[in-house]
Amino acid sequence: MSSLFDRMFGGRKPTSSQVAKERLQLVLVHDRSNLTPAQVAAMKDEILEIIARYVDFDREEVEIALTSSDRENTLRAEIPIRPTSGRRRRPVTPAPLSDA
Amino acid sequence: MSARVITITSGKGGVGKTTATANLAVAFALLGKKVACIDADIGLRNLDVVLGLENRIVYDIVDIVEGRAKLRQAMIRDKRLKEDLYLIPAAQTRDKTAVSPSDMVRVCDELKPLVDYILIDSPAGIERGFRNALAPADEVVIITNPEVSSVRDADRIIGLIEAEQKGPGKLVINRVKPDMVKRGDMLSPEDVIDILAIKLVGLVPEDELILVSANQGSPAALTPDKSKAGKAFQNIARRLLGQDVPFMALDEDLTFVQRFLRALGFSSENVDSGNNTARNKKNNDKAGSTSKSEKEKIEESAGAES
Ligand SMILES: Nc1ncnc2c1ncn2[C@@H]1O[C@H](COP(=O)(O)OP(=O)(O)O)[C@@H](O)[C@H]1O
Ligand SMILES: [Mg+2]
Repeated sequence: MSSLFDRMFGGRKPTSSQVAKERLQLVLVHDRSNLTPAQVAAMKDEILEIIARYVDFDREEVEIALTSSDRENTLRAEIPIRPTSGRRRRPVTPAPLSDA
Repeated sequence: MSARVITITSGKGGVGKTTATANLAVAFALLGKKVACIDADIGLRNLDVVLGLENRIVYDIVDIVEGRAKLRQAMIRDKRLKEDLYLIPAAQTRDKTAVSPSDMVRVCDELKPLVDYILIDSPAGIERGFRNALAPADEVVIITNPEVSSVRDADRIIGLIEAEQKGPGKLVINRVKPDMVKRGDMLSPEDVIDILAIKLVGLVPEDELILVSANQGSPAALTPDKSKAGKAFQNIARRLLGQDVPFMALDEDLTFVQRFLRALGFSSENVDSGNNTARNKKNNDKAGSTSKSEKEKIEESAGAES
């Protein structure tokens, strides 16, 4: 949001109504999902714990966000996976279209 | 004739539900519709005084529900108006549990053949009184003020209305102060629509005449030429009737709001249909995003160079 403010107001101090809008949007994400900020943080940790069992990633690069727009909540996760040497994707042999 | 039931609610108290119910009832009557309004705020009855009918109460809704009075006996007719406007008052000495949601449905079913519109003034809160008011609704009008706690409560109410399959409801923003909006010290109508993402059906300015008319028991909608708020309620009634009424400038400054709306891709004339545009353009707010993705960083730096 602050980047939006910067774009709209050239880094000027936001007005009290802009502050109100931003605070409302944040609080409504939690109201609408029935989750406290602490629960959201715990959920993120658990999600990452499970993913870490299967793939290697850099925690700094992870983005997990609960967003609310148009009255619907979405959980978006973007977790760039680190390339690992040695473990390559198996070459895929195209399946024949028919037996003939 | 089978009336349409419109429930006026808000979550938070003191935002203007009773004021809106009284003024919409008068506005519907002036537009030639037969209206009945029900005060569902049992124990805290107020619609009677706002309408100026308090001295004529004999029976109330609890008397109907408990069989002490026939529906007709509890309907108080407003004699100032040519077209029928009736009030069914709340009981003052009982509490919300004296009436159940199915009682409300039954009373409305009996009332439906008699009028064109039934307006229900909901009490504040999300408990029994709200459930009572919501149960018979065909349509819900949510009143909010451009202020954080009121908008937050409205959001919660909209969620509950949707959960009851009565949603999403239509929004009235009451007590707008154009000069404060202009200064950036009050959420603009656009901000509120953006957050709540429901259809706007009216903008009502802050207007001293609302208090004056409540003092006198004579709703501002009786004199829409004298009061901007009264005029705004008349416009809301017409929109609820399905008419296409452009959003008026609340005063000179409210052309500012119209500019605002236009800047978002729609003219003040079609806010109703246009608020989808606002939704699509809306930025997702990010609660606790951990860090930027590499992709985003690259895009940003590329953008800075070009
Ligand atoms: N547009 C307005 N301008 C000025 N005062 C208003 C306006 N709308 C409501 N009020 C005042 O706000 C107070 C609360 O309104 P009311 O309709 O009783 O709210 P609710 O029924 O939601 O509790 C009343 O004193 C009323 O006169
Ligand atoms: Mg009230």
